Amino acid sequence: MATPHPTDSRITAGIVALGAIAILIGGAFAGLAIEGAHDLSGAAAAFDGYLLRVARFTLWQAALSTLLSVAPALLVARALSRHPAFPGRRLILQLFTVPLALPAIVAALGILALYGRAGYFAGVLAGLGGGEWPGIYGLSGILVAHVFFNLPLATRLFLESLGTIPADQWRLASQLGMSARPAFRLIEWPVLRAALPGVAGLVFMLCITSFTIVLTLGGGPAATTLEVAIYQALRFDFDPARAVALTLLQIALTFIVVVALTRLGANAVGDANLPLAPRRYLSAGRLESVLNGGLIVLALLFVAGPMAATVVSGLEADLGRLAGEEAVRRATLTSAGLALLAALLSVTLSLALIAARRALALRRRAGSAMSLLEHAADTGAGFVLVVPPIVLGAGWFLALRSITDVFAIAPVMVVAVNAVMAMPFAIRAIRPAYDAASERHERLCLALGISGWTRLSLIDWPSLRRPLATGFAFAMALSLGDLGVIALFGSDSVQTLPYLLLARMGSYRTADAAGLALLLGLVCLMLVVVADWLGREGKS
Amino acid sequence: MTTTIDGTAAHKGLTVTLDGIAFSYGESSFRFDAEFAVGRITAIMGPSGSGKSTLLNLIAGFETPDAGRVLIGGIDIGDTPPSARPVSMVFQENNLFAHLSVEANVGLGRSPSLKLGKADRVAVAEALARVGLAGKEKRLPRELSGGERQRVALARVLLRDRPILLLDEPFASLGPALREDMLDLVAGIHAEREMTVLFVTHQPEDARRIGQDVAFLDEGTIAAAGPADDFFDRSGPDAFRRYIGDQGGTVAGSQHIARKRT
Repeated sequence: MATPHPTDSRITAGIVALGAIAILIGGAFAGLAIEGAHDLSGAAAAFDGYLLRVARFTLWQAALSTLLSVAPALLVARALSRHPAFPGRRLILQLFTVPLALPAIVAALGILALYGRAGYFAGVLAGLGGGEWPGIYGLSGILVAHVFFNLPLATRLFLESLGTIPADQWRLASQLGMSARPAFRLIEWPVLRAALPGVAGLVFMLCITSFTIVLTLGGGPAATTLEVAIYQALRFDFDPARAVALTLLQIALTFIVVVALTRLGANAVGDANLPLAPRRYLSAGRLESVLNGGLIVLALLFVAGPMAATVVSGLEADLGRLAGEEAVRRATLTSAGLALLAALLSVTLSLALIAARRALALRRRAGSAMSLLEHAADTGAGFVLVVPPIVLGAGWFLALRSITDVFAIAPVMVVAVNAVMAMPFAIRAIRPAYDAASERHERLCLALGISGWTRLSLIDWPSLRRPLATGFAFAMALSLGDLGVIALFGSDSVQTLPYLLLARMGSYRTADAAGLALLLGLVCLMLVVVADWLGREGKS
Repeated sequence: MTTTIDGTAAHKGLTVTLDGIAFSYGESSFRFDAEFAVGRITAIMGPSGSGKSTLLNLIAGFETPDAGRVLIGGIDIGDTPPSARPVSMVFQENNLFAHLSVEANVGLGRSPSLKLGKADRVAVAEALARVGLAGKEKRLPRELSGGERQRVALARVLLRDRPILLLDEPFASLGPALREDMLDLVAGIHAEREMTVLFVTHQPEDARRIGQDVAFLDEGTIAAAGPADDFFDRSGPDAFRRYIGDQGGTVAGSQHIARKRT
């Protein structure tokens, strides 16, 4: 049956984007396979007790981090949704977006500045524990950092799903005189329950593939994850066989988790209309208000603490001297250039996948199954979660080391991997807007014959400007702060800010590191603020 | 307005033929066999889910039939993309791009890339004046009322000047008086251009007001079709009378009150 729709250029674009991602992932796998085949017995021998211990710790810290992030987030989100007039609510929510923009290495430094052996709280903590405060390295450090990142994220996601409860349900509940408990059970919990697997799954995946936090806060072999072990095997021990074994294990692990989560129904609920007015139909009781308020303040302090510590310790550094340093300037320029390119690539690839997915979904008949291509466009970016940046980097590192100078291709690797790594976030920012715009415009565009570039510039761009800017800023901030690929490929000739920061930490120049962290954190933050403002400006 | 050599208006409609169309959508399946005569206004009526919108979507090319052919003016248009079909369609909502001015929204009917010359702008202004929106070129859709927005869509229909006009309940959300105005506008446009009009409606009085023919859809197929006068007569098809609710003598009796020939 011939279709009346001409070949949609969006689908072509999607295929090209998928191809690029496939090359990136395929190349890494090829590198691993060649290396594994080259030294089969070595790779097999690398599956030893150490490897299993590392794997066990990887899962254990991820599970704990998820629990400690998601369970409080449920309560905090509920508290925030119950009190639309809570003083500073908007500010709190904005503050909760900061960890998303904050590079992991900056947060790690902030946490160390606060809870570390020589941190601001060391005296208090030593007094509480009776004896010298040992610092927060190891599992506790990893958990604190993961919760710092993921509690605000999960809170915002839960709050978003609570926002999808129609105002009529609240009106009804207040008319029926529902108190807090049944209102939670009957109205809020079903929505939160639906969002829970998706949110918990996301947090778990982020923790299982977390690299920088474990590298900087994990202590020794007792608190090492697979990703950090891969890095060490390549950069320090130069043991390719072990790196292959670790990488395979990491892929298998993440793959199993993803499959399990998909089975659990980890699909987030569809996008509903956000209610226009804040709901105040159910007034919370006095006790509940106090509890909710306390909860919000605690979460706020926990999230704001490391940020404040970053600022304070950063200001103590000799910022003038740092800014004048040649190495710092070079690293700043390198970081900015690579991040710009990565963000551009990321948003372009994301848009191509989003558009292709939508075009394929529209073409598909209702009730019929998704084609393989549509599946790929739908979940293509998710592969990045399964194949984490370090794994990609390790694969290419092994593949290229016999052909070329691996350190020379650092820029290409950083841009490519960071772009793909940021895609899930960019897609999250862009897809709802794209699909909603398409819902409104699709038939009209078809009827009037508006397609291709004309459609992109005339119809799609105005409604996508803002989400694209948001996606771009996110991608750029993520890329700017990333210490994954650059940790593998970085060298004296190609240094980014996070790489330089790590080097200063390693050589115990803590004040320098704190100053750089402040600089990096501020840049990332400003980026997100500016892009957000730009997007809003264009909309009105 | 140009005329052809034999003196007929160039805008005269074309027949629309559905030849053995089969289509399924999820659980529902549809079969359509029909011919809509040149230059007639046909009211498409029937219960929800009976396939009224599907029928229009198949003709417009938004849906592809599983089997059968859609012929317009005797030509199979199965492989023709929606924008190239000799068809304009007005939807219930989302007929306009919210971020584009009234002028741009209408102008898209002339150039999908919105490259409008001076002559095009004059044509746009004329079309807007014809639908009663003169001087509102620069407005944004959100500054217009619901009725005005549908007038903009009709102005674009004028500009596109296609022989077939499909209306998918475009006035359903308007109040009674406004709806009558809009129907009269459609009837007026039809009188000038003589296109073939298919319009979906739930309101019997709409059909009586401007419908020349009625096609009654039930359970995914065209259960009855014929001149509107016959339908609103006591002798109309039973299923149709059940659908509109047998109003006793008022069905026939109201005919001379509400009916307005165009």
